[in-house]
Amino acid sequence: MNPVTDLIKSLADQHGRSRHNLLPILQGVVEQEKYLSEYSMIEIARELDLPASEVYGTATFYSFLEYKKMGRYIIRICKTITCSMKGKNQVLLAIQDMLKIGVGETTPDGTFSLLQTNCLGFCHKAPAMLVNNEVFTDLTPEKVREILRMYMNKKKEGGSYDN
Amino acid sequence: MVKKIKISINGIFVEVEDGTTILDAARKAGVIIPTLCFHKDLCIAGNCRVCVVEVAGQKRLAAACATPCEEEMEIFTNSLNVLHSRKQIIELLLSEHNADCTSCFKNGNCELQKLASDYKILKQDFIRLVPFKNYTIDKYSPSIIKDDSKCIRCQRCVRTCAELQGVNALTVAYKGDLMKITTFFEKPMNDVVCSTCGQCINHCPTGALVERNYIEKVWDAISDKTKHVVVQTAPAVRVGLGEELGLGQGVRVTGKMVAALKRLGFDAVMDTDFTADLTIMEEGTELLMRLKAVLVDHDPAVKLPMATSCSPGWIKYIEHLFPDYLDHLSTCKSPQQMFGALAKTYYAKARNLDPETIVSVSIMPCTAKKFEAARPEMHDSGYRDVDYVLTTRELAIMIKQAGIDFMKLDDMHFDRLMGESTGAAVIFGATGGVMEAALRTVYELVTGRDVPFENLNITPVRGMDGVKEASIKIENPLKEWAFLDGVELKCAVAHGLVNAKKVMDSIISGQANYHFIEFMACPGGCLGGGGQPIPTSPEIRLKRAKAIYAEDEGMPLRKSHQNPEIIKIYKDFLGKPLSEKSHHLLHTQYTARKRY
Repeated sequence: MNPVTDLIKSLADQHGRSRHNLLPILQGVVEQEKYLSEYSMIEIARELDLPASEVYGTATFYSFLEYKKMGRYIIRICKTITCSMKGKNQVLLAIQDMLKIGVGETTPDGTFSLLQTNCLGFCHKAPAMLVNNEVFTDLTPEKVREILRMYMNKKKEGGSYDN
Repeated sequence: MVKKIKISINGIFVEVEDGTTILDAARKAGVIIPTLCFHKDLCIAGNCRVCVVEVAGQKRLAAACATPCEEEMEIFTNSLNVLHSRKQIIELLLSEHNADCTSCFKNGNCELQKLASDYKILKQDFIRLVPFKNYTIDKYSPSIIKDDSKCIRCQRCVRTCAELQGVNALTVAYKGDLMKITTFFEKPMNDVVCSTCGQCINHCPTGALVERNYIEKVWDAISDKTKHVVVQTAPAVRVGLGEELGLGQGVRVTGKMVAALKRLGFDAVMDTDFTADLTIMEEGTELLMRLKAVLVDHDPAVKLPMATSCSPGWIKYIEHLFPDYLDHLSTCKSPQQMFGALAKTYYAKARNLDPETIVSVSIMPCTAKKFEAARPEMHDSGYRDVDYVLTTRELAIMIKQAGIDFMKLDDMHFDRLMGESTGAAVIFGATGGVMEAALRTVYELVTGRDVPFENLNITPVRGMDGVKEASIKIENPLKEWAFLDGVELKCAVAHGLVNAKKVMDSIISGQANYHFIEFMACPGGCLGGGGQPIPTSPEIRLKRAKAIYAEDEGMPLRKSHQNPEIIKIYKDFLGKPLSEKSHHLLHTQYTARKRY
């Protein structure tokens, strides 16, 4: 059986199978898989006896529930005004230049995905970004290159999936 | 005893029951408040804000559809504040709406267009957002076209699909300015669980959801001298067409409809009611055979309860949601498809026509019939059994295009051979009708006596309850049906797919022990179908149902097996019900489909 199916079953066992248990299950799948595939959503719908469209509607509503295939490390750079004023564009250019991907894209080796996000609440330490669940602040092009290099090495060493 | 409260609307005092919304109270006081996302069939959404009113002492305007009245409330529905706000709300809705009205199928029958006209939105202060959005038009379904550029996101279709039909093919996805009405993974409607019932079309206030129309194709066929164009009309069309042509709700126009079709140039105007009678002969016999197989032979391969198969929306629904229960469906084709198969065989032979030259058109209250006619297996005559399906609305458009003064037409009769019908056939158009028609014939077939209800009116299966039950005890049957002596025939009727699901769930759980169930996809049966006049509401459907039963009472023959043309077709062509020829032409099989 597909490992996602097992994951969904165990998440449903853990959280319950009512309509209101949908969200924690979606989050659980995203945590493991980084995104919700068509297959996962169908399996979740089946497990909870919900219409597949409803699962899709819920998943697309939330910014942190991805429904397109994502890389191992999802970079979310803050797109709001304070970060922009503090040089977010230069940081973004540095990321794009280093990874050779645009916003919304994933590197061919599946290591990084680059996204923009709404305010992270770190205006006082702008510009800010997230890599999976880790926050990085006071970014500069040099600093961000350093961070990305660290993640690249982590991947080479076969580091853990979390963060 | 519900508490009464006193309120005033524009200075008019009214007494209403506690809990009444401002909208309902205003209607009671004779004050009209415009609405858009509100629909009597559906739960309250309160998202369009068109119905805002001013409440004395409150700073913000209240949505009349979603605000209950309170004691001594002072409401103003046409203050300057309200009028300005309402106008601005309509302008905002229009800024996101592709208002290319003259090239829209709903032109002239659009609620948003009417609001824009009533409030005279002559200039557009807001930036038109339509050109900036990447809209798609979904044209893959043979029944339904979905154009997102005309969608104002009132979610009436989503609520319809969930509340009335329990299908949930449509959903709300994304948020904020990106929010849209779509399907699972934005697939075409044709690739998801959509039953093609068309209720979303009936409830859409704009042209975002419309039927795929075949008007031009039918005009082409009519004007082609080498083609012989045969048309059939479904039972519910005769109580809906008048409404679409402005004659009022629940008006019967059978004779005028026939006359109009002849004026349009159809070569033969015949009746789906004829094949409805034929359906009863086939389906009734099938039921008796199944009863015998189960009760006497204990054949495990034969399944009870038997479910009717006339409603193509219901068929597609069960194929998607309960693919393990397809054995319960009667193998009978729907009356439309029976007619189609016979038009290019029986009719062609009798009239000495080459079936190749026959174009078979049907007028249906239904959009799922378009899907049904396009099913690949529906070519048992050797040709496409039904070439084009038009809705009641499309027929009305053709009548207007042809410049026919419908009111002035003299009543005419259907053409012979497949035009005769009984009262049992016409009630196919109302929920419970197929059941009633089947019982009238089956009971008489088994006992030799009339069904034991006054004037043949089997009232327990009539009315608008979502699920209806009836049972008839069979006593003193004829000799060949002796095994049915004392058997209580248990029947159920469900209309609206959300009710169909309830019945299916009770069968699966083993709670129900019915023998025979009638399922209709649409609320009220075919008379509330997705191809019927817009608007629809419980009251309108009730009026149409009354007209259907009046038509039945007025028929000289009211039992399918008495139809002389039915007797003739069995004598001349089919042999007997469930004969080999019937099996070939009139019966079908079903396809299991994916639920997700």
